[in-house]
Amino acid sequence: MKTAVIVFPGSNRDRDMFHALEFITGTRPASVWHTESELPDADLVIVPGGFSYGDYLRAGAIAARSPILKDLVKKADSGVTVLGVCNGFQILTEAGLLPGALMRNAGLNFVCKEVKLETVNDATRFSSSFQKGQVWRCPVAHHDGNYFADADTLKAIEDNGQVVFRYGEGTNPNGSINDIAGVMNAKGNVLGMMPHPENLIEDLNGGTEGRLLFESLLAKAA
Amino acid sequence: MKARVIVTLKNGVLDPQGKAIEGALGGLGFGDIDSVRQGKVFDLDLRATDKAAAEAEIAQMCEKLLANTVIENYAIEID
Repeated sequence: MKTAVIVFPGSNRDRDMFHALEFITGTRPASVWHTESELPDADLVIVPGGFSYGDYLRAGAIAARSPILKDLVKKADSGVTVLGVCNGFQILTEAGLLPGALMRNAGLNFVCKEVKLETVNDATRFSSSFQKGQVWRCPVAHHDGNYFADADTLKAIEDNGQVVFRYGEGTNPNGSINDIAGVMNAKGNVLGMMPHPENLIEDLNGGTEGRLLFESLLAKAA
Repeated sequence: MKARVIVTLKNGVLDPQGKAIEGALGGLGFGDIDSVRQGKVFDLDLRATDKAAAEAEIAQMCEKLLANTVIENYAIEID
C-alpha cells in the first residue's frame, strides 16, 4: 500500500504517523510539504495531527487553504482514501471534505488521556477489521475536538452510517454531539477522527488496537 | 477604505468560552446577565474605492476564510 503524509508548519504527529505506516505497510510513506501542488500516487493520504499554523483563526483553518489541499480535494473526489487525525480532522472539515465542524472542548481544557471508542460502523474501508460494537481504547490529545453539526447534517450522517467511531462508556472528552469521535464523507472514502490510532500500533505503545484501522485499509488496498 | 468584519457563533451552537466568561462576570458581581457569546472582529484596511465592490469582495473573504459558515455568521461594516 502506497501512502503519503501531508506536513504543515506546526504538524507534530507526522512522525508518529510515518512510523506507524512504515511499521504496518513495510514501506516508508511519502512526505508531502504543504506548499507542493501535487500529491504523489498513493492509496492512502493522511493529514496528521498537530497545531498547524498555531491554530490561528480556527484550528485547521489556514492549513485547509494551503496549496496542496487543492490536489487533496481533487484526489478525494476521485475516490482516493483520505484519513485525517486530530488536527487532520479539523483541516478536513475546514476544507469542506467532511461535514460539521470542530469547536473548543466543552470543558475548555486541553485533554490528553485515553478514551474508549466504539466502532459503530464496521462496513467501511476504515473499520472492516473491527467487529461492529467493538469497544477499544485509544489516546486523545486536543483542545478543539468538540464535534458539531447542525440538526439536518447530524440526521443525514447518522442515517447514512457516516459515524464510524463514537466515544464509549461515558468517555466523551470534549462534548462532541452524539459522542461522535470519527466521521466519514457520504462517499465513504474520507474519514476524520480526533483520537490517535497511530499511537496504539505495537506492544511498546501499550496496545495494538489502533492497527485494526490501518489493517482495514491494507485489506482494502490489497 | 476601512471595513470591519464581525464573526459570531450561530444560534444553537454551544459557546463554552462565552459560558466561562458569563460565569466569571457573575463572579465579579455582574449578575444581571442572561448570556454571553464570544465572537471575533477583523479590521481590514482596503485599497478599494468602490464600496459595493468592496463589500462583495469581503463577503467572499468571509465565505472562504474569515468565517466557518457551518458554525458562524458574519456581518460586514464599511466606513
